[in-house]
Amino acid sequence: MAAQTASLASVPLSWYLLLSAVLFALGVAGFLFRRNLITVFMSIELMLNAVNLTFIAFSFKLGQVNGQVFAFFVMVVAAAEAAVGLAIILTVFRNRGTLQIDQVNLMKN
Amino acid sequence: MQQLWLIPAFPLLGFLMNGLWGRRASKAFVNAVAIGTVLLSFIWVLKVLWALQPLETAHLERNFTWIQAGDLKIGYDLVVDRLTAVMLLVVGGVGLLIHIYAIGYMAHEGGYYRFFAYMNLFMFFMLTLVLAANFLVLFVGWEGVGLCSYLLIGFYLRRQSATTAGNKAFIVNRIGDFGFSLAILLILVTFGSLDFATVFGKVAGLPVESSFGILTGIALLLLLGATGKSAQIPLYVWLPDAMEGPTPVSALIHAATMVTAGVYMVARCATLYLHAPLALDSVAWIGILTAFFSATIGMTQYDIKKVFAYSTISQIGYMFLGLGAKAFGAGIFHLWSHAFFKALLFLGAGSVIHAIGGQDLRYMGGLRKKTPITFWTLLCASVAIAGVPFTSGFFSKDEILLAAHAHSPWMFWLGVVTAGMTAFYVFRAIFLAFFGEYRGPEHVHPHESPPVMTLPLVALAVLSLIGGFFNVSRWLAPLFPGSEPQHNELLVVISVAAGLIGIGLAYWFYVARPGLADSVAARLGVLYRLVYNKYFVDEVYNAVVVESVVEGSRDVLWKNVDSGLIDGTVNGIGARARGVGGVLRLLQSGNIRSYATWVLIGALGALMALGLMGGTR
Amino acid sequence: MTGIFFLVFAALAVFCGVNVVVRRHPISSALWLIGAMGSLAVLYLQLGAEFIAAAQVIVYAGAVMVLFVIVIMLLNAEPEQPSKGSRMATFLGIPLLLGLLAALSYVVYRMIPESARVEFGAFTRGTARDVGEALFKTYLLPFEITSILVLIALIGAVVLTYKRSD
Repeated sequence: MAAQTASLASVPLSWYLLLSAVLFALGVAGFLFRRNLITVFMSIELMLNAVNLTFIAFSFKLGQVNGQVFAFFVMVVAAAEAAVGLAIILTVFRNRGTLQIDQVNLMKN
Repeated sequence: MQQLWLIPAFPLLGFLMNGLWGRRASKAFVNAVAIGTVLLSFIWVLKVLWALQPLETAHLERNFTWIQAGDLKIGYDLVVDRLTAVMLLVVGGVGLLIHIYAIGYMAHEGGYYRFFAYMNLFMFFMLTLVLAANFLVLFVGWEGVGLCSYLLIGFYLRRQSATTAGNKAFIVNRIGDFGFSLAILLILVTFGSLDFATVFGKVAGLPVESSFGILTGIALLLLLGATGKSAQIPLYVWLPDAMEGPTPVSALIHAATMVTAGVYMVARCATLYLHAPLALDSVAWIGILTAFFSATIGMTQYDIKKVFAYSTISQIGYMFLGLGAKAFGAGIFHLWSHAFFKALLFLGAGSVIHAIGGQDLRYMGGLRKKTPITFWTLLCASVAIAGVPFTSGFFSKDEILLAAHAHSPWMFWLGVVTAGMTAFYVFRAIFLAFFGEYRGPEHVHPHESPPVMTLPLVALAVLSLIGGFFNVSRWLAPLFPGSEPQHNELLVVISVAAGLIGIGLAYWFYVARPGLADSVAARLGVLYRLVYNKYFVDEVYNAVVVESVVEGSRDVLWKNVDSGLIDGTVNGIGARARGVGGVLRLLQSGNIRSYATWVLIGALGALMALGLMGGTR
Repeated sequence: MTGIFFLVFAALAVFCGVNVVVRRHPISSALWLIGAMGSLAVLYLQLGAEFIAAAQVIVYAGAVMVLFVIVIMLLNAEPEQPSKGSRMATFLGIPLLLGLLAALSYVVYRMIPESARVEFGAFTRGTARDVGEALFKTYLLPFEITSILVLIALIGAVVLTYKRSD
């Protein structure tokens, strides 16, 4: 496969999708292992970006513009979500005084 | 359509009215309702019988359909034939007289309305039983009278002995009813119907069973039910205890009507029993043995009601003997006359109890002058039961004894001895109560009962004397083909002689030589004590049956099955739910990262499921 | 050409992504995320999505991430201290991640044939005109709804952080 590719003319579509998968996995990793609220939030943004890539890739494959439109919508929603999410983080910080995710555990038991 | 359903419906109406409104109503209202409904019922009986005379064929009326399941159709069907007519007259007539008597007897008792409500309910069930045209409606009446018996025995519900006696009656009856239910099921399976006409028609076509077969099985199971209801061996033990109830109850239920239900039922199933000779023989055996056995006990008792209770058991034994000797008509004839004189004996005892406030024969005496009406009427009853010639008891008892002799001579001789004992114990009671000096406490002043009580006594006395001239058995003969009345003057003389000897002995022991009875009893020592303690049958039953059932129930059924298994299962399910909840609760750790992990696990699972199912394309 | 560009920027994107996750200080993570977004924008361009690539840079990297940076600076976020975290996340997380990756790869290989290739310039209908047409014709309703969504987010953010100065 690699020999065929000849890093010049074209790239297999599956590589884009794999890249997207890797980025998504990275985002999940950050989501699971990081303790700072804002970093977790940024991992989520990374995940969204990976998904956008997938949409655009498929839009290419299918020859339609719908995937791109959807990616557009994802971006809009991500923006709105970022706004509200950061507002929440601000409030949490004001109430709990910390950004450590493990300390936001009033629901425990 | 004679509207037969009205006959039981009137007392039912009385029950409802007295039961619902009697508490706040006046005594006059309660009386009017109770007596009125029974009177209306009896008038309707007379009207129906007059309209249907001469009643050569049965008159069937079908009312609403009660059960319909597949091919089986059971309705509330009522039938009147000659046998029903006899029973209706007994139940209705004697019932009416006892209701009137009870107005006087229960005048000072609490729960007055409740008493009459239960009595009316009893009349409803008994009339249903008698009028039934199929086994199921009969069973309804059968169970119902058992219920009313329980309610009325335990009428003095604050008395422990009364409620215990009520329980005993009901439970012992239940054992019999178990046999009855099995019999009904067998009949249904064998014949596909519960209608008397259908079943007996089919039975008539079957050959007579010479050994144990299905018909014998059914007949024996029915017999078990009958021994329970009619207080025969082995299920008689409840009747003496049932004397805890008010005396009118003892007269009506435990002398004239309910206890005769078993006799009626066997007579109704005569066709069946004639085709199962093994069972019919058992009927005779049980009858004569019970008659003899309980007569011996009756000779030793001091409670006047207990004497008469054992007498009832004994006399019903005679009826069973008559049935078993294929003299079905004679058995019913004795039922007829027994209703009169036994009800009279009980009501008279009630009058005595009302006079002196007690029941112990040892503290009575010399009441002949104080309560004359009671004395003379009781004397009529006593001569009737002793079989003095031309009284009702004479005709009926002798017919049975003659049939017994034709069946098996030894039963005749035993019956004669029993007749002697019957005369003895009845007149013992009469002499102890009404003759000699008054042996009771000083403060009691015996007085005669009011007319509302004495008039029924007089009516019953007349019936006891002349009731035998209605030749019931001859009237019933067409219903029971194959039984001819026997005529043997010598045997009749022997049985009459036995009765007169009994009376004479009683006179000797209790009037001529007063202390003789006690010295004979002392001389007989162990034997006397055995008989006096009713042969310890109650104690044996208690030890063998009751205790083991109670212990078994307590240890096995209650502790193991109920507490352990059933409660354990239910509680276990609850505990399991709590346990699962406890585990699931740990998911809510409040830790966002573990939530995230769960999300990831779920997403992975969904992805793999999709992938395994071939993807989205 | 396509291939080289892809490899370079893909590697860049992965590298930036790794750094987002690995860095201690949130501000470093934010900056590396901006880098990842930029690389992705190039990749979008390769795939013929001109408008989206521009939007990515302007909106996503330029506005959203700036918002992130502002909040980080506002909160004076500190570098993470190493501490004990959720045991379950640590023990289960890595196998699960690898499992996720494996599953996704499997699905991709199952579904996409080898013959599907990407060439720069093969997709020409990703211009602003095309996207605009699709947005305002076919997807008009979602478009309007998202505008309301943004309004709601705006109001929500203000309400959440409104501090009454009593």
